[in-house]
Amino acid sequence: MEDEALLERILGGDHDAFRDLVERYQMSLVRLARYYVKSEASAEDVAQDTWIAVMQGLERFEGRSSFKTWLFRIAANRARKTGTREYRVVTVDPVDPVSSARFNEGGMWNEAPVPFTELINDKLANAGVLEACRNAIRDLPEPQQSVVTLRDVEGLSTREVSDLLELSEANTRVLLHRGRAKIRETLEETLTGGRSWQ
Amino acid sequence: MAMTRDITCHQAVALVSDYLEGALARRDRRRLERHLADCGACSAYLDQMRATIALSGSVGPEDLSNEAVARLVDVFEKYHRENSGESPN
Ligand SMILES: [Zn+2]
Repeated sequence: MEDEALLERILGGDHDAFRDLVERYQMSLVRLARYYVKSEASAEDVAQDTWIAVMQGLERFEGRSSFKTWLFRIAANRARKTGTREYRVVTVDPVDPVSSARFNEGGMWNEAPVPFTELINDKLANAGVLEACRNAIRDLPEPQQSVVTLRDVEGLSTREVSDLLELSEANTRVLLHRGRAKIRETLEETLTGGRSWQ
Repeated sequence: MAMTRDITCHQAVALVSDYLEGALARRDRRRLERHLADCGACSAYLDQMRATIALSGSVGPEDLSNEAVARLVDVFEKYHRENSGESPN
């Protein structure tokens, strides 16, 4: 069921609809809050406060943005008030997404990469690949992890991500690039079974 | 190998993520597209990046404990009871 349909039912006091919405977004809210606050426990508090704010504000929600964007914005604002972390001053170095060792002196590939698409579509490999991808995202340092999660896992726009995380759009793109490059590297190891080129 | 390439593979891969974001300046986009048109290796890299992004999109949120859900539903019921004057459902 779409978020908007659930919201209608929630306004009528339907707690099953509320449960569905919580199951859909709670982990994402905790994850987002974790960007600003120091502990898992305070992130969970922020998420709970966010749900209370949602209940209080739901009647006034006009649907000018998607519910998800509205929800994430509430959580980010609350987390920011609670939190003490500062990522805004991150310095952004030039990105070298692939190890220089993979290229010859003329900047050409020593050994061509293998396309993933067909490898991923192989059903036998699929479960392991998804797990590898999840772990690779979880292993990313902040703020890369939050950027990749919001952009590629949650599917928000780069603009929305940069607003939620208080990063410039340019920085957001560089961090996204770096995070994606690391995940790609992990998947390459998982899918092609090693680093024959090294 | 064609000598018309004005960027190397090493330079091309640095542009791929921004290319997929639609965030490259037109000049860089043209350079990259020209490179991709006659470089199978970088085209394979582009496929890897696309597949990586698609896979991240199917990771989904982590599992949530029933306990955590139940606690939040309690908060909801309490809130609704206090604010509507009638019991939910
Ligand atoms: Zn190339």
